[in-house]
Amino acid sequence: MKNPYVPFPMRIENIVMETEDRDIKTFSLSFVHAEDEENFQYIPGQFAELSVFRTGEAPFGMASSPSQNGCLEFTISKVGVVTTALHNMEEGEIVGVRGPLGNGYPMETLRDKNIVLIGGGFGFSTLRALTNFMIDESNRAHFGDITVVYGARKPGQLLYKEDLENWGRRPDLHLYLTVDTGDEEWKGRVGLVPTIIKEVAPSSEAAYALVCGPPIMIQFTLPVVEKLGFPPDRTLLSLEMRMKCGVGMCGRCNIGSKYVCKDGPVFSCAQLSELTSNEY
Amino acid sequence: MKTTTIKKKDIAGFLDNILTEYKVFAPVTRDERVVFEEIGAGSEAILDYQNTPMPPKGILFPQTERLFSYRSTKEIPDIVVPSFEEKQQLIFGIRPCDARSFTILDTVFDGDVKDPYYVNRRANTVMISIGCTKPQATCFCTSVGGGPFSEEGSDLLMIDCGDEYVVKVASDKGTRLLEKRGFEDAGKDKLAFVEEVIKKAEASMGPEVETDGLKEKLDKSFNDPIWMQVTDKCLGCGLCTYFCPTCHCFDIVDETVGSAGERIRIWDSCMFPLFALQASGLNPRPTVKERFRQRIMHKFSYMMDDYGKIGCVGCGRCVTECPVNLDIRQVLDKISRSEDIK
Repeated sequence: MKNPYVPFPMRIENIVMETEDRDIKTFSLSFVHAEDEENFQYIPGQFAELSVFRTGEAPFGMASSPSQNGCLEFTISKVGVVTTALHNMEEGEIVGVRGPLGNGYPMETLRDKNIVLIGGGFGFSTLRALTNFMIDESNRAHFGDITVVYGARKPGQLLYKEDLENWGRRPDLHLYLTVDTGDEEWKGRVGLVPTIIKEVAPSSEAAYALVCGPPIMIQFTLPVVEKLGFPPDRTLLSLEMRMKCGVGMCGRCNIGSKYVCKDGPVFSCAQLSELTSNEY
Repeated sequence: MKTTTIKKKDIAGFLDNILTEYKVFAPVTRDERVVFEEIGAGSEAILDYQNTPMPPKGILFPQTERLFSYRSTKEIPDIVVPSFEEKQQLIFGIRPCDARSFTILDTVFDGDVKDPYYVNRRANTVMISIGCTKPQATCFCTSVGGGPFSEEGSDLLMIDCGDEYVVKVASDKGTRLLEKRGFEDAGKDKLAFVEEVIKKAEASMGPEVETDGLKEKLDKSFNDPIWMQVTDKCLGCGLCTYFCPTCHCFDIVDETVGSAGERIRIWDSCMFPLFALQASGLNPRPTVKERFRQRIMHKFSYMMDDYGKIGCVGCGRCVTECPVNLDIRQVLDKISRSEDIK
């Protein structure tokens, strides 16, 4: 019987400080054992539990795309006990990993569709994974138009700067970056994500909107997306919730009868509207 | 074999015989309270009790449990998972509601993903329950699909018939246990007598909690102000969840001494403010109202959606143990009867 609580070891290969406030880092982890890598078949939007031995465990979405071989990436904001311990770790050190967990983005459903990705803050990590997956050479032909709208509070808080530059150069991806407050060097858009969506007005025809970000962004973005003609079953959210077990047993991440860890973290607005509870 | 009998005076000897093969848990008196504990002799088990304040849930799902241990002196920590106890165990004298509670825990821990700690112990455990000839005033098992003589979850069910127990066989495990010890089928006459005992006990139970249509009503009640009223006096102490035989929520923490660490699972409670609090500061269930509603909805609505059964066995412990006498039966009744919830 497989023990769902036992993590396998991964080594920190690389750490990137993502933001100017120095609170968000991306960790690149390599598998220590080949069989763990073979067993870890994931899709964008799934997550894993990271262990810092002697401190504890917390869930994080994979920021890397399964089309990249070798390493798993996690973008981690320093907010609690485990994340602070992770931020204090160095390259070469070992962490524990359990996963992949959760449903991930519905890749079969998204095939051949136009995709509009809307992200805010560090909720952008799994959307980044999905973007890199879709633009991978072997996958790009399976998706239609790709539009990415991504906002952060300040230019220095935008993640994945290298990716953003690469994406911006691609003719087959529409990238719209925005910040709440610009600075002298910022030449891009200034404004909240919902406002920019309104301006950009991506077509909802044969399209899915995927939204991930802070609750306040989601709250103001959904009405705009709806107005653009995205029906609830084609508007997908990736949700966050406090989790422990990651496999639907410990009882804390539920929204009504659905567990975010097991049934999610990706839900369509249509699914969410059928739930009794609105506790998310 | 369907039915057999055992004299009350023979119980201690019967248990002594079982003790040669099994680890046996039975109700014993400790500090004037009855608790389930491992016994060393059949005579320790007491038979004349109504129910233990603490359910025997912890025998299969301990309040604290080591998931694994490790040493962090080496570069890659060696993870050691505790080996599973191979000796068979037997819970004697469990009440039918508590035996039934394990069938609810089974749906959680033995579903698509298996919890090996629980599943292994469960497979290794035989349950001999004692039917309730004298249900308590706080019992409401019959309202939630059980009964004072429900066999669900039991391997054997003993029914008090004076100086002997009539034993109903409820599973193959039960049959094997009895056949190995030379018991013989008691025939149909005994069953007829038992029916009378059962009827009498069921008739003595308090008024039923109306569960027909309760789920639909609860679902509609989610945003209703009635939750403010019914949770008004709740202290949020979480006692109800610790005494509950079906509550399964847990936390996972690391405990360390020097370089040695253990990952521990401990019971947790949806009634606590930190339970769902996110690192960002967001709490989807910020007050007692939302937390109490979660507890009720989980058992009477969400469990129905997820597993098709009510997540409560009607043992009444949350009623008897609540420090402010917040009675779940009254809460359900109020919501059921509310004409404002449509």
